[in-house]
Amino acid sequence: MTETTTTPPADRAPAPAARGLVPLPPATALPLLLAGGIATAASTFLAWTWTAEFPGDLTVSGYPGGLQWLTFTAGLLTALFALSAYRVRGLRWLTPAGNHAPLLLVAVGGFGTTWYTVLAITIKLGGLANLEPGGFIAAVASLVPLVGALALPAEHRGEDLATALGKRIAKPDRIPAAEATTPWVQRAAITAVAVVGLIVFTYGIDTEYGELFIGYLIVVVFTIWALHTAGLLDRFSQLLAGNRSFALAMGFLAAIAFPFTQTDDHYANIGVNILIFGTVALGLNIVVGLAGLLDLGYVAFLGVGAYTAALVSGSEFSKFSGVQFPFWAAALSGAAASLIFGVLIGAPTLRLRGDYLAIVTLGFGEIFRIAVNNMDGDSGPDITNGPNGIPSIPDLSFLGFNFGEAHDVGGFTLGRFANYYLLMVLIMALVVLVYTRAADSRIGRSWIAIREDETAATAMGINGFRVKLVAFALGASLAGLAGTVSAHVTYSVVPNPYQFAGSTPPNSAFLLAAVVLGGMGTVAGPLLGAALLYLLPEKLVFLQDKSLLAFGVALILLMRFRPEGIIANRRRQLEFHETGQLDVPDTTTLTDEPAVTKAGT
Amino acid sequence: MTTPVLEARDVTMRFGGLTAVRSVDFTVNSGEIVGLIGPNGAGKTTFFNCLTGLYVPTEGTVSYQGTVLPPKPHLVTKAGIARTFQNIRLFANMTVLENVLVGRHTRTKEGLWSALLRGPGFKKAERDSEERAMELLEFIGLAHKRDHLARNLPYGEQRKLEIARALASEPGLLLLDEPTAGMNPQETRTTEELVFAIRDRGVAVLVIEHDMRFIFNLCDRVAVLVQGEKLVEGTSDVVQADERVVAAYLGEPFEGDPSTTKGEVQ
Ligand SMILES: Nc1ncnc2c1ncn2[C@@H]1O[C@H](COP(=O)(O)OP(=O)(O)OP(=O)(O)O)[C@@H](O)[C@H]1O
Ligand SMILES: [Mg+2]
Repeated sequence: MTETTTTPPADRAPAPAARGLVPLPPATALPLLLAGGIATAASTFLAWTWTAEFPGDLTVSGYPGGLQWLTFTAGLLTALFALSAYRVRGLRWLTPAGNHAPLLLVAVGGFGTTWYTVLAITIKLGGLANLEPGGFIAAVASLVPLVGALALPAEHRGEDLATALGKRIAKPDRIPAAEATTPWVQRAAITAVAVVGLIVFTYGIDTEYGELFIGYLIVVVFTIWALHTAGLLDRFSQLLAGNRSFALAMGFLAAIAFPFTQTDDHYANIGVNILIFGTVALGLNIVVGLAGLLDLGYVAFLGVGAYTAALVSGSEFSKFSGVQFPFWAAALSGAAASLIFGVLIGAPTLRLRGDYLAIVTLGFGEIFRIAVNNMDGDSGPDITNGPNGIPSIPDLSFLGFNFGEAHDVGGFTLGRFANYYLLMVLIMALVVLVYTRAADSRIGRSWIAIREDETAATAMGINGFRVKLVAFALGASLAGLAGTVSAHVTYSVVPNPYQFAGSTPPNSAFLLAAVVLGGMGTVAGPLLGAALLYLLPEKLVFLQDKSLLAFGVALILLMRFRPEGIIANRRRQLEFHETGQLDVPDTTTLTDEPAVTKAGT
Repeated sequence: MTTPVLEARDVTMRFGGLTAVRSVDFTVNSGEIVGLIGPNGAGKTTFFNCLTGLYVPTEGTVSYQGTVLPPKPHLVTKAGIARTFQNIRLFANMTVLENVLVGRHTRTKEGLWSALLRGPGFKKAERDSEERAMELLEFIGLAHKRDHLARNLPYGEQRKLEIARALASEPGLLLLDEPTAGMNPQETRTTEELVFAIRDRGVAVLVIEHDMRFIFNLCDRVAVLVQGEKLVEGTSDVVQADERVVAAYLGEPFEGDPSTTKGEVQ
């Protein structure tokens, strides 16, 4: 707060206002970052606590373990970014804009995860006495890069503390265009990102205790944020736009590779549930993200598909226990049943504008759950067994390949859930294909037009009712398709999961949240949103009854700071942030489209 | 040979007790540019909405090339009447090219299945559509901005893009609701040329405008609507000389008088 006017102005060229937030000479900032990063990474080779009671065994010296791996990674990243700020050859691409925001963010990530670990040890084991010297060293070492990052000279001047902090973690408006690279380099980069992505994702799914998952989240969130402010995410999405089919292929390869990295079928089970949830969210994205129809009962279509598949599965508790459809027929019937319900719900309501659809779908969702609850032979016809549902659904069998048994593929053992996981990858690929192809066509454009301005769209010759019905029915049948697999994965279907809101996915509120959180109108957004919303309640057991509250808060924060969702559709990004002419495509040189005709008339 | 393109017969539109359009008979012939003028609130836009099916007229019929139109906007567009809006209604978050492609909706047929299967027919139709759209963008001079979002265009270009989007449906009659509102004199003049060029493509034009110089330069025939009723109809000279029209416009002479060419706020 006090004015420090010790340095004479002739001493350094920039004015004294260009100081950091911590009163240290700016020249010490980068050395602090580099040394602190290395020290943080090194501290993980020491023992942090004396007892193995804290999960992950942080008692060994000589190599990192458990949560220490996260601190190690964060420390290493901090050092790398610091070297990049030194403009070391070969690392300059990490901070193309030369801004300081990524440095601060990785430093915060390392500090956060380290201090979280140290505090968790202290609290869980009851007192500072449980920390070995290594723990204190780690805490101090991880503070050093943070101080260093805050001591970096400000890039803007003359603001109060809050705005100054905000500016320090903001993405610069202008990221210098990437140098031209050969297709080989681009593909290698995409492959590398796919591999790293798979490793990071697998690590997250395989975390065995809540503390590890929280530490993981801290590191991942701040690292991705740092990459974003460095402009690397923008560059990467340009890269993807230029190599679309290669990127898609790599994405699916990475998805297929996941079960081969797992030794425990439990984690493949999480994987398959995320895929089901994500696929349904992507189907909902057609309805909500493209056509702009608010569907609050979407999970019911998943339920219709699941119940249909259960009824024709040959389960002895099914009303039609004699009937056992082959899977392709069951999948088609599930999708068709959902389609019929979609048309039945949509036809009367889609003629109206406004919020009627939201109310009717909300009602339909609840009616579905209550109806299957009551169709037990007592209060209604005996079809669904009421609250007991339809248990012991037999496993799928496909050309002699039984999904219920473990199989050895090339030295890897694929368990039951891994089999279903791979089937779900296929179905998700189908849904992604449907989504992208439909979005980029005459019908997709008319959905977006309806969402933008229904009056103008009808005046342009679009039959609003018909195209909305197509979107609604398509979304419904995709959910039904996913439901048929989910019935077999879970062995049984019961009415309870198909409700509007609950503390575990899938339910309509979670599905909608996955779409909005991940990013409406994108392919990756709902998948990411679904993964997050599935993993958080799964991993953070202590949240349990408070998870709905936590998601509510998270959604409000998101709507305040990033209304377009985590992964932004270009359209929506421009909708929410006045960025002038940012859509002038300086990316055209990277895509295979012909360059824009610059000749005016 | 002049054949009637549009025939409105006895069109009346009532909103509760308010009669916004009262028994209007109106004809537009092929190859014509017809003006529709009248003071604020006279019912011009309401009349447009009746013609295009956005409102169902309380009484009367609208026919296009001899067949009576059903009051459904998308069927009207399909029949061959396209329009622009007084307060621009572009698809703000779609690109310039996409806006025009949406305009081609009625002239293409590819549904969901063909979009999913992507057969040769689909690819050809998409290519053709894009070619036609680009040709229209060149026609109005916005080809170089094909990948900009519509919301980022300057006002005058948004009005032009709305015209291109309407033309994409290959109409026989184009309805323009105040196409020069908010434009500077320079832009107004280019719009004038644009309307002539549209007529030369064989499209009849019906235009609402408050800018009298624009109307009298442009139109073969002008109709005056006052309080929902058609007061006068005839050539520019006839209308300008008619004293009832002068009276309706607060007793001021028209030509170039700024007080009568005031802009529109809606
Ligand atoms: N949907 C509606 N409901 C009730 N009244 C309406 C409606 N639409 C228009 N009106 C009324 O009808 C009258 C005619 O309005 P209209 O918009 O057609 O005028 P206009 O000639 O286009 O005027 P301007 O030059 O200001 O555009 C006005 O009094 C208006 O308030
Ligand atoms: Mg009007």
